[in-house]
Amino acid sequence: MKYLDEYRDAASVKALADAIAGRQTRPWTLMEVCGGQTHSIVKHGLDRLLPPSLSLIHGPGCPVCVTPETIIDQALELAARPDVIFCSFGDMLRVPGSQHDLLTVKARGGDVRMVYSPLDALNLARENPERQVVFFAVGFETTAPTTAMAVLQAQRFGVRNFSLLVAHVRVPPAVETLLSAPDNRVNGLLAAGHVCAVMGYTEYEPIAARFRAPIVVTGFEPLDILSGVLNCVEQLEEGRAEVENRYGRAVTREGNRPAQALMDQVFEPVTLSWRGLDAIADSGLGLRPEFAEFDAVRRFELSAPGTASAGPCRSGDVLTGRLKPFECPAFGTACTPEHPLGATMVSSEGACAAYYRYRRDAA
Amino acid sequence: MSEKTENTLSACPMPIGQYTQIVMAHGGGGRLMQQLLERLVRPAFANPHLDQRHDSTVFEVGGNRLAFTTDGYVVKPLFFPGGDIGKLAVCGTLNDLAMSGAKPLFLSAALVIEEGFPVNDLARVLASMNATAQAAGAAIVTGDTKVVENGKGDGLYIATSGIGLIEHGLQIAPAGIREGDAILLSGDIGRHGVAIIAEREGLGFETTVESDCADLSGLVGQLLRAGVELHCLRDLTRGGLAAAVLELAGDAGFDMELSESAIPVAAPVRSACEILGFDPLYVANEGRMVLFVPASAVGRALDVLHAHPLGHDACLIGRVGSVGKGKVSLRNPYDIVRVLDLPSGEQLPRIC
Repeated sequence: MKYLDEYRDAASVKALADAIAGRQTRPWTLMEVCGGQTHSIVKHGLDRLLPPSLSLIHGPGCPVCVTPETIIDQALELAARPDVIFCSFGDMLRVPGSQHDLLTVKARGGDVRMVYSPLDALNLARENPERQVVFFAVGFETTAPTTAMAVLQAQRFGVRNFSLLVAHVRVPPAVETLLSAPDNRVNGLLAAGHVCAVMGYTEYEPIAARFRAPIVVTGFEPLDILSGVLNCVEQLEEGRAEVENRYGRAVTREGNRPAQALMDQVFEPVTLSWRGLDAIADSGLGLRPEFAEFDAVRRFELSAPGTASAGPCRSGDVLTGRLKPFECPAFGTACTPEHPLGATMVSSEGACAAYYRYRRDAA
Repeated sequence: MSEKTENTLSACPMPIGQYTQIVMAHGGGGRLMQQLLERLVRPAFANPHLDQRHDSTVFEVGGNRLAFTTDGYVVKPLFFPGGDIGKLAVCGTLNDLAMSGAKPLFLSAALVIEEGFPVNDLARVLASMNATAQAAGAAIVTGDTKVVENGKGDGLYIATSGIGLIEHGLQIAPAGIREGDAILLSGDIGRHGVAIIAEREGLGFETTVESDCADLSGLVGQLLRAGVELHCLRDLTRGGLAAAVLELAGDAGFDMELSESAIPVAAPVRSACEILGFDPLYVANEGRMVLFVPASAVGRALDVLHAHPLGHDACLIGRVGSVGKGKVSLRNPYDIVRVLDLPSGEQLPRIC
């Protein structure tokens, strides 16, 4: 299959894995930032093809996982309102807030709709002028441009019953936070290819230089990932710390300029609390003041998010690479996909879900 | 099975997951549905016939072995590429009978129609049901019709039951599975689930994927007439290939191994699954089955399958291992083995 099979070829995968083993002389720890990469690694067993002294750890790159519980609670409050049609991407529906999840609200009579795009939610608003339609705007720089497009269209066409619960996040500030932690053990990073397809990779250049950590833009197929790992190992072995692009078929250095312009027009960086990482300056995207009328928090006068309850979930340690999912005492016992204690177990891109699904026998 | 086995759901301390109310995933063919069946439905009706744990129950009347099954059909949209709810409802029941090696005789049909439903659409569905039943040599001989208020249904729900006659001496059931059996698959997987979601959500993929919705009873009949020793059959519905094999492995008490590269997935289905974040192993089918046969019967079984339009892509996908905990492993092209697990509910499209 074009663009799929050629990146899964068994002989090429084996050759790359051998090349990595041949190039490595010292133990290295690499972090794949994106949850999609974690799933691909665990599903295909790529980590088991690599030398044991080369450690791959999971990053905070799953937008579902890092959305704080307090914002999920706001989503649940909105979704339970009888006047609201609450629209969400599919994989947010099972993520637990402090009490329950959106699927439970739906089962109790809430009008919760799964959509594939914020533009679908906007269409729902136009088709249901007597209802309030709220879109749960979650995701990294990959999904933020389409959210921005929906806001601009809503403004242009005067759609007054459409608003957003915004929880968009930006990757670079989280990466900086991780690398600057005193107990950081990450030597190099695999940057998420789809985020870079939108943003390019200029943002990473000062980070790689400052922390002397190679950052390699990497795709999601086995050959993409192993190619990224090889590049990272090569740089580390050679004492280099540069940003290199191993996902050239989708990513350019500058990225998608029109998409960036859309985002900049509608959003501005704000401080956001990440699940597991606490508050990070400029790591969230908030609506600019001129689009405040589309802010669901204002429109429905929601109370400010409280402090997340401290539970047994250690997803924060998983998201920062301090803990492998199966090292968590709750993994696979108190915490399962049917009864997740945290978003890393419930999200389709969550590291805990990946290990539960593909590598439960590793525990 | 021992209470300590991995697939014994009673080991979980939670009642039906964490939910106190039914959610959609309770019908998704995954772990939550298994929990619902094991903890509520089976205990409520407990009897030896139910313990056969197969798609239909087999019993004797006057020296004849009969198979009996029932199923409900809820699908949006009602008309989809490759079929409609009527064809689906009849094929589903025909297939459940076929999985016991029964020749279908009589079907019932109960219709729950929503007020406002177009009569022309109903006529199309009924014609489709009749044509599908007739083609299988069966007849819809009894039924029921109810109308519910506007807004209280999705247009049309159908429940079908069926009775079939078993004309051979084989015990085609989970209990018939033996160590060393070959696991065959009758065709490529994932078409129905992708066809439905693409049509329902208006995803507009470049290539239209048609549902595999089909009656397998004719194909099973040919296998039987050719003298293929069938140990067990299971049609793949919700939960897909993975859920079907996991259920059988658990029920039969054998570990099994599948080869990922042997499992056919059509290119458009694979592409759609990649985009949506679905695993084709877990996507619904409505015209595919797995077959458990002794290793000595593989050649003959594949010859018969390949000669039939519903089986021309049939292939050997795995083997039954030794008695165990019902663990199903998947060996990938890189020779890495991972354990398959039941899905936790419906597969939900990912963000990015």
